[in-house]
Amino acid sequence: MDGRRRGRTGAEVLSQTRPAEPRSGGRGRRAVREAARRRRAAQGAAISGLSTVVVLGGLAALILTSKGWPNVRDTFFDWDAFKDSFPDVLHGFWLDVKIFVVVEIVVLVLGLVVALVRASRAPTFFPFRILAASYTDIFRGLPVILVVYLIGFGVPALELSGVPSDPVVLGGFALALCYGAYVAEVYRAGIESIHPSQTSAALSLGLTPGQSTRFVVLPQAIRRVIPPLLNDFIALQKDVALVSILGPLEAFRVAQISASSTFNYTPLLAAAVLYLAVTIPMARLVDRATARDRLLRSAGAAV
Amino acid sequence: MSAAVPVLEVQGVTKAYGDVEVLRGVDLAVREHEAIALIGASGSGKSTLLRCIDLLEDIDDGDVLLDGEVITDPSMNPVQARRRLAMVFQAYNLFPHLSVIDNVLLAPSRAHGFDREEAAESARELLRRFGLGDREGDYPDRLSGGQQQRVAIVRALATRPRALLLDEITSALDPELVGEVLEVVRELKEEGMTMLIATHEMGFARDVADEVCFLHDGRILERGEPGRVLADPQQPETQRFLHRLLSAGRT
Repeated sequence: MDGRRRGRTGAEVLSQTRPAEPRSGGRGRRAVREAARRRRAAQGAAISGLSTVVVLGGLAALILTSKGWPNVRDTFFDWDAFKDSFPDVLHGFWLDVKIFVVVEIVVLVLGLVVALVRASRAPTFFPFRILAASYTDIFRGLPVILVVYLIGFGVPALELSGVPSDPVVLGGFALALCYGAYVAEVYRAGIESIHPSQTSAALSLGLTPGQSTRFVVLPQAIRRVIPPLLNDFIALQKDVALVSILGPLEAFRVAQISASSTFNYTPLLAAAVLYLAVTIPMARLVDRATARDRLLRSAGAAV
Repeated sequence: MSAAVPVLEVQGVTKAYGDVEVLRGVDLAVREHEAIALIGASGSGKSTLLRCIDLLEDIDDGDVLLDGEVITDPSMNPVQARRRLAMVFQAYNLFPHLSVIDNVLLAPSRAHGFDREEAAESARELLRRFGLGDREGDYPDRLSGGQQQRVAIVRALATRPRALLLDEITSALDPELVGEVLEVVRELKEEGMTMLIATHEMGFARDVADEVCFLHDGRILERGEPGRVLADPQQPETQRFLHRLLSAGRT
């Protein structure tokens, strides 16, 4: 009986709305359960459809009937203004993308170096460990906008020769400092999550401590922290807009200028659309990476 | 032959974690081709002793000698000493991100400087010999516990160690998988591999070991021929330990 049940495919089970021949009691019960399950599913679909209409419709009604809506519609949702400003904003967004890509690479390397220094045990590294720990403490504790200000305006004020004064470079440097601290902690959590027995095994096979980190600990640690790393990159993508306070014409800045010259805020919406066009696919990527990680781990645990 | 220098020698080794003394002066010698079984209750210091010999833990006092050389000397490079020994762990400790063959080849190619082609050839031969010939591309989590532990043994052998340290290698296995792993160790013994084996399997100790050492409270309380120690223990602690195992059906 059991064997026959398992042998049946899902489609066969579904197509069998009612037991054609209710000979066996077991099969009859099965049909009853099947019917009940279908009834519950239909009920569920109806209720969620209704609640969606009520909630979203209510919200839309609330906004569309508000006193200021015609005004808001004209200043934020002006299709012509959107069309006019979009090319400029897009051009500005290209700068965001460039800053983001360079900063992200710097952050990945900086974070890894800081994490490795903090995880090291060698006595010669002691002063570097202190430096690395203070670095993460300070830059994780400061608002990004403050660091962008301090670096963007403070460093040029020093008037040091050879130090770049380009606001894009300084802004990117400030972002890299802040996000490097976060990413260092993410790496460190990954490194610490690898059980010490892995290091024992590597050392007992004759690998040096450095080789055991490089070939055994890090590959596993980095795989584990890919989802949180991607999460930090979504945050970084948005925060690139903070560089605008130093003057570079990136998307937000362009939209702002356009808005204040036409008294129409639609260009900001154009910038928002562009940010979302990058961050939402990234968020889906995080979801997929997280799901795959969970699957892999549960598969590993099940064996 | 008995006059020759032992492969492994442990002299008065002590080890404490904080206030807890785990080893209180252990003396031990493993001669070429010998297998010595370490028995004793959980917490008696078997694992700690093996980890101290493999220099995975610092010892407080005493010395460990490998082929007559003091490897616990502070001026010795522990990496060099570890390359001449190999250890197999209770929980296998395979590298989950590497395939079976890469697990085996990591140390020979990276740490020992063996020629990669040659190392790969002998690794495949070892895998085939221990019934893992068709699994070299698999990742560890696709293997049964017994297969994983056999891979761990092959990984240890691939470094061509002077002596093998086995740390309760069947304790984490389902009972039906214990046999296939112990069979491997029996074969290694027949080939003359020098081994120090911490184990809870008394029948296996009796078959394979040349000497059984009963570790209790950080000291070796009793040692001798397996047949004598296991059948006719002299010390009350040994008698109690074996009696407990017997009543648990583990002989």
